[in-house]
Amino acid sequence: MIALSFETVVITCAIGLLIIGALGLVLSSNLFRMLLALVVAEAGVNLLLVLAGYRGGAAAPILGVQDAAMPMVDPIPQVLVLTAIVIGVGVQALAVSVLLKIHQTYGTLDIRVLREHLELDIARTAGITPAGSREEPAGGRPLPPPIPATVSASTKAPTKAPIKALAKESAEPSLSSKESAQ
Amino acid sequence: MRNLASLLFAAGLAFLLLVIASELGFGDPALLIGGDILAQAPDEVGATNIVTAVLLGYRGIDTLGELSILFAAATAAGLVLVGGRGAKTPKVDPPGGFILRTGADLLFPLLLVVGLYIIVHGHLTPGGGFQGGVILAAAFFVLVLARPGADGSGGMNHTAIAFIEGLAGAGFIALGLWSLWDKGNFLQPMLGQGVFGTLLSAGTLPLLSMAVGLKVGAELAGLMTQLAEQPADAADCSDPNPANPKDKADNQTEATHR
Repeated sequence: MIALSFETVVITCAIGLLIIGALGLVLSSNLFRMLLALVVAEAGVNLLLVLAGYRGGAAAPILGVQDAAMPMVDPIPQVLVLTAIVIGVGVQALAVSVLLKIHQTYGTLDIRVLREHLELDIARTAGITPAGSREEPAGGRPLPPPIPATVSASTKAPTKAPIKALAKESAEPSLSSKESAQ
Repeated sequence: MRNLASLLFAAGLAFLLLVIASELGFGDPALLIGGDILAQAPDEVGATNIVTAVLLGYRGIDTLGELSILFAAATAAGLVLVGGRGAKTPKVDPPGGFILRTGADLLFPLLLVVGLYIIVHGHLTPGGGFQGGVILAAAFFVLVLARPGADGSGGMNHTAIAFIEGLAGAGFIALGLWSLWDKGNFLQPMLGQGVFGTLLSAGTLPLLSMAVGLKVGAELAGLMTQLAEQPADAADCSDPNPANPKDKADNQTEATHR
């Protein structure tokens, strides 16, 4: 067996945190879990950065606590990590507030559901046909008529019914194709 | 298939990082500037805590940029959260209960003292403006959690918070401009160094630390209060803008999904 030194264990843990965070970002479909995975990955990166200034047997970079002759660890990575933590908090707060608004608007944080909502919304705003099944070539079947752009409030009311019909039609094939993929 | 690709990607990333880590000389920093700063900082800045000396003395303008990023993030979050055209929905939040309220009353002065201590002693002991500011924000947020009040704000005044935040930020920049006018360098430590290791040492570093602490504390307290004021669920939201038929159509499409 290889003798595990303290340094090896700590640096493996830091890399492990980073990998866990990256895997969580890629594998999860809930936006809040993705944010938590980002926080975990950030912790791993910060730990790696602090470890970059490590020096064997050295003390914290604060004078007057230990002997003056004792070596001290590199303070530069610690300052950088302090900055990174604060900026990470700002990014997380912004992300949480955006997630709150998404949940208030759509009632879900699942990206698979949100993607369909967003595609419909984009198609409606641009006044174009929502994209159909991804496997189907563009000219394979007659496309549904494009949705007229909702410019004024007067045109909104009559376009509601076709929008609903289109939404149903476009949502069903994409759902079934996803289930078959899984 | 997608999961397999992700696992392969993660394994490759882990292998890459481990190889890099094993190639680097661990425990033997390649950067030489750290050693120079450790040797020179006590004489040049006069702070016991070298990390604070670097943060506010050697790269103070970077700290100003960091504060700007935090300010931009807090402003953007406030913009996102308040953007309901002033239609603040009333929120029925249950009161904290006797135990939580008593605990909050006991914790508040302690947290306040600890936060201020960490801010003021930032140049002597571990800590500084950012760390102490977060503790200050937690002290006020404990009160908000214990007594949410009618609108969830817990009696926090956003105008006062914004005023403190702006004042602290302006104070930081004013100290920098003062040293620019006096010594020719932006945010250069001023006022001499004092007796090494005492509270009134390291020149303007304690003042800068206090400005940073107040700014961070006010920013985070305002941000968390704004998050606490939000209705947690779409059902609680009770149609914030009923003039928009889009939301209704979306709800119906969601119903067809299920």
